[in-house]
Amino acid sequence: MSPVTVILAAVLLPVLAAGLVLFLGRWPNLREAVPIATGTALFAMIYSLMDVVRSGEVVRYSLIEVVPGVDLALHIEPLGVLFALVASFLWPVTTLYAVGYMRGHHEENQTRFFTFFAISIGAAMGVAFSANLFTLFAFYEVLTLCTFPLVTHHQTEEARNAGRIYLGILLTTSIAFQLLAIIWAWQVAGTVDFVRGGFLEGTASPLVLNVLLVLFVFGVGKAAVMPFHRWLPAAMVAPTPVSALLHAVAVVKAGVFTVLKVAVYVFGLDLMGELAVTPWLAWTAAATILIGSLVAFTKDNLKARLAYSTISQLSYIVLGAMLANAYGIIGGGMHIAMHAFGKITLFFAAGAIMVAAHEKKISRMHGLGRTMPFTFGAFFIGSLSIIGVPPAGGSWSKWYLGMGTMEAGQVGLLAVLMVSSLLGLVYLLEVPIRAFFSPPPPDSRRPDDVHEAPLPVLIAIGITATATVALFVNPGPFHELMTLLVTP
Amino acid sequence: MSDHLPVLLVVVPLIAAPIAALIRSVRLSWLIACGASWWALYAAWGLLSRVRGGEVISYALGGWPAPYGIEYRVDAVNAWVILIVAAIASVATPYAYQSVRREVESDRVSLFYSAWILCLTGLLGISVTGDVFNVFVFLEISSLSAYALISLGQDRRALTSAYQYLIMGSIGATFIVIGIGLMYIMTGTLNMMDLSERLPAVMDTRAIPVAFAFLTVGFSLKLALFPLHLWLPNAYTFAPSAVTAFIAATATKVAVYMMLRFFFTVFGAAFAFDVMQVDLILLPLALVAILSTSLVAIHQQNVKRLLAYSSVAQIGYMILGVSLASVAGLTAGLLHLFNHALMKGALFMAMGCVMYRVGSVRIDAMAGLGKKMPWTMAAFVVGGLSIIGVPLTVGFISKWYLVQAALAAGLWWVAALVMVGSLMAVIYIWRVVEVAYLSPAPDGDGVAEAPLAMLIPLWVLVAANVYFGVNAGLTTEVATRAAEILMGVTS
Repeated sequence: MSPVTVILAAVLLPVLAAGLVLFLGRWPNLREAVPIATGTALFAMIYSLMDVVRSGEVVRYSLIEVVPGVDLALHIEPLGVLFALVASFLWPVTTLYAVGYMRGHHEENQTRFFTFFAISIGAAMGVAFSANLFTLFAFYEVLTLCTFPLVTHHQTEEARNAGRIYLGILLTTSIAFQLLAIIWAWQVAGTVDFVRGGFLEGTASPLVLNVLLVLFVFGVGKAAVMPFHRWLPAAMVAPTPVSALLHAVAVVKAGVFTVLKVAVYVFGLDLMGELAVTPWLAWTAAATILIGSLVAFTKDNLKARLAYSTISQLSYIVLGAMLANAYGIIGGGMHIAMHAFGKITLFFAAGAIMVAAHEKKISRMHGLGRTMPFTFGAFFIGSLSIIGVPPAGGSWSKWYLGMGTMEAGQVGLLAVLMVSSLLGLVYLLEVPIRAFFSPPPPDSRRPDDVHEAPLPVLIAIGITATATVALFVNPGPFHELMTLLVTP
Repeated sequence: MSDHLPVLLVVVPLIAAPIAALIRSVRLSWLIACGASWWALYAAWGLLSRVRGGEVISYALGGWPAPYGIEYRVDAVNAWVILIVAAIASVATPYAYQSVRREVESDRVSLFYSAWILCLTGLLGISVTGDVFNVFVFLEISSLSAYALISLGQDRRALTSAYQYLIMGSIGATFIVIGIGLMYIMTGTLNMMDLSERLPAVMDTRAIPVAFAFLTVGFSLKLALFPLHLWLPNAYTFAPSAVTAFIAATATKVAVYMMLRFFFTVFGAAFAFDVMQVDLILLPLALVAILSTSLVAIHQQNVKRLLAYSSVAQIGYMILGVSLASVAGLTAGLLHLFNHALMKGALFMAMGCVMYRVGSVRIDAMAGLGKKMPWTMAAFVVGGLSIIGVPLTVGFISKWYLVQAALAAGLWWVAALVMVGSLMAVIYIWRVVEVAYLSPAPDGDGVAEAPLAMLIPLWVLVAANVYFGVNAGLTTEVATRAAEILMGVTS
């Protein structure tokens, strides 16, 4: 298959799969086999793009010229391949998980759920391979809109409010800031095409460029930099596989991906380093890292705690971009992958606990580890990755981010990273420690027959937990891709 | 025949109208209306393809050369407007059949179609003519027939709202005719090109600025520029659904065209913007229109009224583009003429489908319609996304050009306010979507999907919303050309 065929198929296949899912709605097994098969094929196809990236060949495909000078176009570059690899690997795994979860939880409207899930993946692929800001923005908005039915899946009053916050923040930031920044960039530079090293240098006054950078960073609401982070905890009302999609597979990753892409391909690291506002934005990200961790501490609801942990971790990537050096970019890019695998393991485990033991609160998970050792073991591994200690993949990205702060001469930022990791150590490990080492509370009305979650759920957890450890042993393609991105 | 296209464009519907009235058969008069609108579309396309490159067609009515006889003059600007009117009519007329059968008493239907064709004739005539008095004549034809169409609505309040529109519309028309009269007194001519040559000699008299002021107010009334928009919400709310879809997508657009033609061709941009400084009034009014009426739209319970207020806001975007008085700004305004016709046409048609099945267009009546009328509500969602300006819809193209024009003029705060307007659209559109998709449907009311005869025209417009949002080559080319003609820039 030619590389162009691959990127076109990457966007179209999930959409076709969505159509097939809708068509096969009456036969659940067949219906759910479709995304698993498509996702596996998709991952294999995208992996084949590694050779294209290594060869440094420029592949760009213009679908249509929308207005003169701006086209809907796809291209291949290392960062996009990294994001697409992560999303396409986790899509079939999440689907497998969802099969167990949705059936175990007796959820309704499962066909609708799997349909929009598949479309969301198509949109994420579009984001990953977009060749200019316009295309990126278009797929970014499609992703926002087609995850709305997933967030409001339960159609309750609570879901409706969550949906409002979700759309409200994501559309507000993207239209009011990001789109404004895109049109502004087009107005000053006459192009919106991604160019390595950026296209904005020397096109406008430093004031305008500073304003543009701020608009871009806050305009990407999906990166959840405070104060535009509220949508993530709100969206927790959705079924757990949706949380996995939001936190690990597609949505937030599309956000931080956009920030990195803008840093490397719109501004360029040199220009970023010169702008006066860049350190300020780095400190905003640092504040989000700390506050996110602190808030996570106060949450007793496991999913809410994980949500704030995500907010905190996303800002690691934003921080990496704002460091404006190669280490920061490598660390940020790798953290997209490492955080994805770690966090999805945590969410899978949280969902498994809900399905099997019907517990949402951490304070009521005493002793559950004895009946669900596999789930809590996986949770432990996922936690290690988020904290950033061996033997989990997260250690690598944190290592590079730390190097980046030193390179930028920002010891204060390094301290922030350390403190946040320590906080993570406490608020995440509390869960498996309680589960394994505390006895069940005496007043527990927990039924005696609690056992591990359904098999598909366990397989999915096993895959992601294994991958988390494997990525420590060999960060393989992710490290290679990011190195290719920063070596000129 | 193609030499006579400019006049045939108007004459064919003008003859069709009395025939439709005399026949008194519902189906036949509807067919005549369809034929007339499709003819107009054919003629409009013929005209546009001839003037796309920047040529001008001048047609002397009855062989009397201008400035003595009436001249029909077609360039990229009005060919564009004619195409918008004709295209919407060609989709709205087929749609009207079922909707009108349900909403208008059967003994009045043939009269209804007669008024419908007359309204179309008037709108086409205003656009095609190069004679200012002829503009007034066609304006009255289109307005009087529009009053009649609106008064045929089911609700008794349709009568009062038509009356309200009649009063306001007549005041507007009177202002326009006073302005035309003053110009005639000073120059002795009614031909637009002739006027544009003779006006500079008398520019510094008191009469011409006064004429300009009268015309500006008159046009603002007809195009419903804030705060002269008060006739519009009632008229759109209580008119029969098909009428709302047709008029909302065309009548105000033609009024914007009149304003453009007088400002830029007759008076000239230099007089309108440098001497009279009309942009100092238009820009703030446009911004206030965008923000205040969007805010009002958010609080409406009746979706047709909500969309009507949204229309006033959207007119604000067009006038905002005009007020920038640059090629970029005019391009944005002209693009939005077309794009807004597509989105509002689709949205009002979707509401017509709901009216047809449910009998109400209040927000509470939408509960559960996402399941019961999936095609109708999906169309509403796409139209709504277009209003918001989501990429891959026409609304995005309009925003792209408008914001860019504002930034090019150094007005970054205007660009920001345009975005705020978009966000308010998110709120009023999403209120409807939320009820339709997330609220449970009342049981057993037997509501089903609208008939195909309504869905097909609706989806033609929806498809156009997406098509011209993804491939805006044609629309941007024509709009840019038209803007260059208005600004007197030759490329």
